[in-house]
Amino acid sequence: MNDLDFLKLSKPQKFLHNLKKFIVSIPGRLMAAIAGLVMWVVNLFKGIGKGIADLVMTYVRGDWKTKVSYTVMGFGSMARGQWLRGILFFVFQTVFNLYLAFFGINYLSKLSTLGTVETAKKGRVTVYGDNSFLILLYGVLTIFFVAAFLYTWYVNVKQNKISEQILKSGRKLKTAKDDLASMVDTQFHKTLLALPTLGVTLFTILPIIFMILVAFTNYDNQHQPPQKLFTWVGTANFETLLASDSNDLGIDLQDKGNGVTTMTITAKNGDIITVDTTDAEAAAAADALAVDSSANFASEVIGQDENGKDLYRFTFMGDAGEDVVLEASNWIYVATPSFSHTFKQVLLWTLIWAFFATFLNYFLGMLVAIMINKKGIKFKKLWRTILVMTIAIPQFISLLYVSKMFAADGLINGMLMSWGWITEPLPFWTNTTWARVLIIAINVWIGIPYLMLIATGILMNIPADLYESARIDGANAFQTYMKITLPYMLFITGPYLLTSFTGNINNFNVIFLLSGGKPLAMDLAGNAGSTDLLITWLYKMTVTDSNYKLAAVMGILVFVVCAVINLVVYNFIPSVKNEEDFQ
Amino acid sequence: MAKQIPEVDIVVDEKAGVIREVQPEKKLRSKKGHERRVNATIYTILILMSIIWLCPFVFLVLQSFRGESGGQVAYVIPKQWTLDNYRFLFEGAAFSVQLLFKDTLAVVLTVVSNLIGIAGMVAFLRRKPKNPIEKSEGNLKAALLVFAALLLVNFIRCVDSSNCDFVRWFMNTLIIALFCAVIQTFMVLCVSYALSRMRFKGRKLIMNVVLVLGMFPGFLTMIVLYYLLKMLGLTQAGAVPGLILVSCASSGMGYYISKGFFDTIPKSLDESARIDGATRLQVFYSIIMPMAKPIVIYTILMGFMGPWGDYVFASYVAFGHKASYNVAVGLYRWVNTNDYQGYFTRFCAGGVLVAIPITLLFMALQKYYVEGVTGGAVKG
Repeated sequence: MNDLDFLKLSKPQKFLHNLKKFIVSIPGRLMAAIAGLVMWVVNLFKGIGKGIADLVMTYVRGDWKTKVSYTVMGFGSMARGQWLRGILFFVFQTVFNLYLAFFGINYLSKLSTLGTVETAKKGRVTVYGDNSFLILLYGVLTIFFVAAFLYTWYVNVKQNKISEQILKSGRKLKTAKDDLASMVDTQFHKTLLALPTLGVTLFTILPIIFMILVAFTNYDNQHQPPQKLFTWVGTANFETLLASDSNDLGIDLQDKGNGVTTMTITAKNGDIITVDTTDAEAAAAADALAVDSSANFASEVIGQDENGKDLYRFTFMGDAGEDVVLEASNWIYVATPSFSHTFKQVLLWTLIWAFFATFLNYFLGMLVAIMINKKGIKFKKLWRTILVMTIAIPQFISLLYVSKMFAADGLINGMLMSWGWITEPLPFWTNTTWARVLIIAINVWIGIPYLMLIATGILMNIPADLYESARIDGANAFQTYMKITLPYMLFITGPYLLTSFTGNINNFNVIFLLSGGKPLAMDLAGNAGSTDLLITWLYKMTVTDSNYKLAAVMGILVFVVCAVINLVVYNFIPSVKNEEDFQ
Repeated sequence: MAKQIPEVDIVVDEKAGVIREVQPEKKLRSKKGHERRVNATIYTILILMSIIWLCPFVFLVLQSFRGESGGQVAYVIPKQWTLDNYRFLFEGAAFSVQLLFKDTLAVVLTVVSNLIGIAGMVAFLRRKPKNPIEKSEGNLKAALLVFAALLLVNFIRCVDSSNCDFVRWFMNTLIIALFCAVIQTFMVLCVSYALSRMRFKGRKLIMNVVLVLGMFPGFLTMIVLYYLLKMLGLTQAGAVPGLILVSCASSGMGYYISKGFFDTIPKSLDESARIDGATRLQVFYSIIMPMAKPIVIYTILMGFMGPWGDYVFASYVAFGHKASYNVAVGLYRWVNTNDYQGYFTRFCAGGVLVAIPITLLFMALQKYYVEGVTGGAVKG
């Protein structure tokens, strides 16, 4: 298809054509990416090979000062009068050797097993064995340190080579004073970046690598150091979360207040659902139900739980979509739905949420900005100031208050009831759909002002002559919006939309402070609720359940989701595709 | 009768390659009426929005003055007006002068270090600039700001708040916010200046690594950070410095907005100063810093406001140690524990007291905030 054919297409056709082109290009892009990666690795090894060859040549050709520097770092520098560099090299080597000998080697050697000596009780004394957590943490730290040492050692040798060359050509070496002076001048970037790099390495890179490794262990509340060991389990955790067989339970649990919980089971034809409970009262209710229900139903005592209570198991065999309703107090649900099913549900809601939270805010915010900036509207500053209140006030105050406002005993329900409009509280936070819609609506309340500020700044930058010529051509307000304002905004804020989308995938505050992930759903595992995002679920796994292994896998998956979206969308952003459009 | 020719302008839309017919402008009078109707609609929408935007905050303030019940009620305007909720927040707070450290040596050290700091600052202010490059108002102001913040932090514990949770939480948060504002700004400026003005090996690599690291969810690493802090003794009782350390250590990763700003400052300025013999450091603090004032203020503002809403990590690090909560953790617990019924109005009062200073500060510096977010959105 040539350019002229393309221009004749209608908008949706153009979009489809672009989409097709993009999908067709995916294998090519993938190949290119893989080829790039392979080239990178090849170059890396080439570089290492070259470096080693260089090291050997330097040793063979170098003088005795250089040769000593191979074992005593910084010797060559000191011998040639560059005492500052020499001392720094030497001190680093000494510190590293001491660290490795007295601390690092111990942890490094246990890294492959993560510890074998269990903590045991000898009489009344607890004898602590290996601590898997510390072995992993310090093991990674030691590897970091070793890498840093190897690099420094290489630099040290290279220094000697350079110094020899300089001396041979009859020039002078840099003195300590020169070195110090260069720290604020030619080498200023090193001074500037030293502290931030150290901080990021210790408090971001090290923890992330640690958690990535945890995803391949069985570290959870059953294997918690220092009492218990944990160990490597390969990709088992990824399989738990990504397994394809999902048991789609037709179970819905609703809290009716006063300790009564209703469980609705929709058993489709042929489905078998098992529910375990330790509650005798619930068991009795279920038994009574079995008598006058047409559902195929069986119950048995399958054992006892930790507290010695009987554990009942009910099995429902679905009969053409019939609802079985159980009502009981303290209904305890023991059977666990699968994590892979939960993951899919939570991921789906996360994406829906991110979509609405981004685009609804974007368009409404732009609309508000256009309204406020319209010629002839007075008190522009007042409107802006009022809206900006939600940015200024810390979210934990505004969101917590609004969350309580919509609670069952909150202001909204209370007022509606006292006016006689409703008889029982509206299920703002107990019904999945209500909760989801409400969260998106409240997010508009929080998010519009931000977009309004951004849009205001950009709208003012749109060249006025564009509008002028549009007006002369007789375009109405809607047409100018569609043909000028929107394309310009999308062009400028394309990258922002992308960051905002991934930001919303990780938008912890809104969900956590408003609903806390509730309402809880029966068919979701790991305490997940219907409004939980991946990130709030990850939080629950870490803080409430101590299920660190799955939390780590989740974190990696969130990263993958964000990275994929970034890569794909980046190809569709107009400012990347046709950079010259508005310049 | 002559056939009426419709009044139609013909316009060539070059991009689409089509000839379109466009209606000519309508008469001016009807246009004015139309304009008025549009404006009326806009005013209605804006007023409605303002009500929705302000209502929760008005309710919050009103309920903080309610005397008759500590829980949630079905009406807005209190039947009994009272200051009891506010009084509760300050119960047991004795305002006495006390230094940060209690034993004599610590007091002596604090005083001496402050004296040295003051002397250094005075010397810095009185010094005669040798060349025009050093003559810069901007860095003096910045130095003064840092100095004022340091002083404030030193004397902040003047309020002995050992008996009163809320005052203590407030002070904890204030200390964290002040430190974060200063240190984070320093880190961000360092990174963004280096990445924007200097070209060196590994620059692209650093930017890519930061981009990739940014895609990992922040809470993933919570337990590791907790253990790292625990090793340093900075959890529970030491949670305040621990939080400062964690939120400042990686703050260099948020360099995007200020790098975008630095990119817009012409490089010729640097070059001419370098020809005049200025070092990179001198260029940094006497040429770039004064020009970067808006972005410096934006970064300070963001650093200061962040800790006021920090709940997750703060509650994890301070777990079970009431004295090192920040306001978010403390008030969240008030409103979400079993007896929140009794604490709801107190939460409202606390919320009002936190919101007022933050909102005022934000409103005062709004200009810089807008500059920051707009620049950030454009550059992505």
